[in-house]
Parts: sequence; C-alpha cells; structure tokens
Amino acid sequence: MATLKELAKKEERLTGGHRLCAGCGIPPIVRLILRSTDAPIVATTATGCLEVGTSIYPYTAWNIPWIHSAFENAAATISGVEAAYRALKKTGKIPDRDIKFIAFGGDGGTYDIGLQALSGALERRHNFLYVCYDNGAYMNTGIQRSSATPLFSNTTTSPAGKAIEGKQEWRKDLTRIVVAHNVPYAAQASPHNWADLSKKAEKALAINGPTFLNVMSPCPLGWYTKSEDSIKLAKLSVDTCYWPLYEVENGVLRVTYKPKEKKPLAEWLKPQGRFKHLFKPENKNMLDAFQERVDLEWQRLLELDGKRI
Amino acid sequence: MAEKQKKRLMQGNEACVEGALYAGCKFYAGYPITPSTEIAEGMSVRLPKIGGKFIQMEDEIGGIAAAIGGSLAGLKSLTATSGPGFSLKQECLGYACLAEIPLVIVNVMRGGPSTGYPTGPSQADIMQAKWGTHGDHPAIAVTPAYVQEILTETVRAFNLAEKYRTPVIVLYDEIVGHMREPITIPAPGELAVVDREKVTCKPDEYFPYDERFEIPPLAPFGTGYRFHVTGLNHKKDGFPTNDSKQIGEGNMRIMRKIDNHLDEIWKNEEIGLEDAEIAVVAIGSTARSARYAVNEARSMGIKAGLLRPLTLWPFPDKAVTELSKRVKAIIVPEMNLGQMVLEVQRCSKKAEVLGVHRVDGEPINPGQIIEAIKSFK
Repeated sequence: MATLKELAKKEERLTGGHRLCAGCGIPPIVRLILRSTDAPIVATTATGCLEVGTSIYPYTAWNIPWIHSAFENAAATISGVEAAYRALKKTGKIPDRDIKFIAFGGDGGTYDIGLQALSGALERRHNFLYVCYDNGAYMNTGIQRSSATPLFSNTTTSPAGKAIEGKQEWRKDLTRIVVAHNVPYAAQASPHNWADLSKKAEKALAINGPTFLNVMSPCPLGWYTKSEDSIKLAKLSVDTCYWPLYEVENGVLRVTYKPKEKKPLAEWLKPQGRFKHLFKPENKNMLDAFQERVDLEWQRLLELDGKRI
Repeated sequence: MAEKQKKRLMQGNEACVEGALYAGCKFYAGYPITPSTEIAEGMSVRLPKIGGKFIQMEDEIGGIAAAIGGSLAGLKSLTATSGPGFSLKQECLGYACLAEIPLVIVNVMRGGPSTGYPTGPSQADIMQAKWGTHGDHPAIAVTPAYVQEILTETVRAFNLAEKYRTPVIVLYDEIVGHMREPITIPAPGELAVVDREKVTCKPDEYFPYDERFEIPPLAPFGTGYRFHVTGLNHKKDGFPTNDSKQIGEGNMRIMRKIDNHLDEIWKNEEIGLEDAEIAVVAIGSTARSARYAVNEARSMGIKAGLLRPLTLWPFPDKAVTELSKRVKAIIVPEMNLGQMVLEVQRCSKKAEVLGVHRVDGEPINPGQIIEAIKSFK
C-alpha cells in the first residue's frame, strides 16, 4: 500500500474549485479513493451534494470521465458503462486497458431511492466499485431524514418536538444488505482513518466484480457542527463504535479497527446539534436506549469477527 | 363578532400545507425534492400534532403508493413532488385514476427535462399533468398563482378529489411555491370542505365500481366492506375482467364522471375581457406578469384582457372558444416551448393565437407580453 506521502504526490482527480461546504466529508473521501489506483477511472454520481457541488456549469472539478444521470440510478448507469466497455473491448473497438468503474452516491441515493439499482448491479456481477458517502440525511435538499439517519436525529422531516422526538427508527444496515448479495468485497470506512480507507479502496478496485464501500461522511450543515470538527467527529463515530470499521472479503468478516477504549456514545452525539434534545435530563432514557443499541450492534459484530458469514 | 383575522407572511409551499390541513388531510407520504420539500417538512411538523400521519418514503413511487393506501383506508391523503419525482409517480397516478382513489398530488414545477434546473421555475409539466401516465384517463389539475390561492386551491383540489373520486393535481411553478406573501388563514367553515360520501348499504350489497352510480361511493378499508382494488380493468366488484363490454363501460365511466360536471370543475379569473380586443391566457406566475402587462396595455390605449384558468385540466374549452369569437388575438405566455398554446389553438374559432415562450429558468416578464400585445396593434 502507498504511504501518505506517495498518495499525496499522485494526480488530483477531483480538483479544487468545487463548491462543497467547508468541513464536508465528501471531498477527502472521494480524493483518497480516486488516488487508490493508478488505473484510469470512469465514474458516475447520483444526484446529491457531490454531483451538485462539483459540476456547476460551466465548471467541473472532475479530471476523469464522469457522468451524472439521475437520483436513483448511479449503479444502473455504471452497469451500462462497464458492460459497453466490455463489449467494445471484446470486439476490438477500443484497446484492452484496465479501466476502473466507480459509482458514487449519498445515503439518500444509495440506501433509499437507489437501492434497487444497486442491488441489480451487484446481482449482475458488474465489475465496479460502489461508494456510498453516508452523511446520514438528504443534505442537498435541506436535511431530510433518510434510512441511514441515526436514531433520534432531528431532521426537517423527523423534527424533534413534543409529539415525536426525532427519528424513531434504527438505521438500515446497508453494508450487510450488500454483503447478502455475496459480493467479493464490501467494507465500512471513515475518512479520519486514511490508511484504512485507502487500503480498502485499493483492495476493492483490484477485484474483478462488484465491490462496495460505505464511508462515514461528516456534514457540518446537517449535523449542526463546526466545520473544523468534521474529522474529529468521524473518528468519534468509530471510537464510540457507532460506525465500526470492518470488511467482508469473500464472505469472511474482519473488524479492521477495534478501539483500545470504547468511548461513550454521548461523546459523539454531544457536539452535534441534531442530537441536542437527547441531552435534556428528561430524555436520558433515549440516550441510554441509543447507547444500548450501539453496544448490542458492536457486540454482534465482534462475534462475527474472523468468521465466514 | 368574528375576530379580525390576522395576516400572516407565508411561503407558497407553506400555504399548501395550511390548505391541506384545512381540507382535513390526515395523511402525507412523500420524498424530498426541490422545490417542493417545504410541503413535506411542514406536514412532518403539523400532522403528528393533530393525530395525523407523516411518512417519508424510500422514493417518489413509494410516496404516491403510500398516499393511495392512506386514502383507501379512509384518510384524505397528499403527496407532493417536482419534475423528476412527478415523472416517477406517473404509473401510480394512472392507477389512482382507474381504481378511482381520491388523492391530491402537488407538482411544484421546476426546469426540465431530467434533473433540469431544480431551483428555477418552469411550466413545462402542463401536458405531463394531463398525459403523463399512459392510457386514456381523466385529469383534473388546478393552477394557483398567488400564495393565498395555493391555500384555497389546495382545499378545492381535495374537494374535487373526494367528490369525483379521482386524483387531483395541484400544479404551480417554483416562483409561486417559494414566493412569500401575506395571507389570511380562513376560519373554519369559511371555505367549503367536501368529505367523502359515506357508504350506507349493507356490506354484502356493496360494489366499489357499481355502474348504477355515476360516482360510486368508496368504503374505507377496515369498515366491514370487503372489495377488490386493482389496476387491471375491472368489474363492479373490483375483480379483473376480460369482458370487452365491461372494460369499455368502465373506461367510459371514469371519463364521464368528469365530463358531465365540467361547469362545476372549471374555474377562471377574467380581467378586462368585457371589451378586450386582445386577450392573454396564462396561469401561475406568468399570469401575474400577464396581469401587469394587460394593465400597462390599457394605459397605452390597447384594449387587452386576461383569462386565467384556475382549472387547467379539464381545459376550459368553452371559455376559450367564446373568447376567441370576440377578440382579434389571443396571446399565450408560458414557461415552456408551447404546451397550453396548443389547447388554445384547438379551442379558438377565429382569433389569431400567438405563444410567448421561455425555457431559460427566468420568468416571463411583463415586457415580453406587452411586446406581443403591441404586435397586434
């Protein structure tokens, strides 16, 4: 694996001049993934922050062939691109080169409206990497809840009020849904741990077949946090075990990072405005319930560590 | 003495929420999409407080499908969207037409095609509101132009949906949806609210598509009336049929129930048409530019007037045909490349028809319309 210095020296494939927010988790994630291979890349992006922020006419931040199609179909679009490439290669219309195909989508475009397209592409065994930048809500349209939104989050469509205290449902476990497609490689990662993320991207991109990365992406706008705290919060999501780093390679699960000391969930929640209501004394039971569920999920994951699932 | 009602500064989409709640809407299912999201956000805050239910669905199709379910269970149901989402909802829209399920769908029009211009206005879904779903089907679309009117027209949309047992579209452009104007929330009872007709017959005598009725009453699920609902052509009990007579009759009845009541469904605003020589036909924010243009033209000594359909579908054939016999020319400004103008041409008997179009995400300004009016002088 390349060192940080070597990675930094590589060509920037998502250049400066994009309009994503200060402190947004998306650019470091995308840049690191694009740097994790030297092969040419063709990418597609679902409607969302990444698409809007990098391609406002007449500018583009992409130094690679890039397609935005619609909200629900990034995985279907990359399927077509990849299949066409194979057909063209087979008939000798284009030179035989190792080209990597990547689809990017946010949690809305992946967990929700894009799930059908993703599932189809995984099942058809297209040779591509799907990257979900999961910031836990529809941030591009103004912070509406998604099925990735953490429990009790205050969003504009799960407002924390007297009648209902924020989002009532536990987040969908998308990584496990992808694993259930028997893909050769799927992993969860976070931008604060660049070595782990880059290694996972490198692994995924080296595999011939459908692969998947689910990456925690801090969002100062929707989390109501300070821009400069994003990477710290990404780390806390992992150290509190809300967002475990693990991979499933050929069916074998491996937890790639185990915090020496598991931090209380409140340390990740407290700096985030979307969880403000959880820190009212009368809502302590909610905080406890949240912690309990995180503990349970972490325990379940540890039990699977090193096992074929 | 009634308390003097306070004016409230409100956004168009917020007024839509007020209208839906006034009409008795208790169920919302939808998906976030600019520039309609404020409707979902508003409903998510308001419905839980009144014992209603808000659900954010996994996609646009889920949004309308759940609203159909909510309506079948007996609740007045709403979903809201914009361009790409309206495209995704089309199959279910046709389902609601054929299965005769009351429902209100708001489409806040943004620039298209495709993702288009999410934050810019458009009126390019005019034909989609009528023909977006496949097959012949009835269509009702109301087209408010003012924030206050979004409230009242949303109430009317619910009334039409319940009365005619059919989906109704509230169609307005992004400008009206995001515009803020002072409005008055009407007092309870001030606006008519139509509730769904109750089923009175015995459960074993109930047929949801009983051909003896022009509009058979719809029994809510869970009230003891067992019946079948399907998107296939069906018999009076709701079960699918291959019988051509029954297919034909069913298809004709869903059209007839609208066509027989056009005078009750049509609604137009007319400004200065009594002596007009040149008329403008416009909807939504374009009608606001047109009103200004017509007044300007009058001050220049040109006899101009405005016909503003508040019911766009079914198209006001009668009003346009009558108008066309009296005026020299009809100007149709619209933020698309020529959709409503085709309907005006179809209905016009004598007058010359001229479209004024724009699809660059900017509104049609009064100056453009004045120029068109002057071209006939």
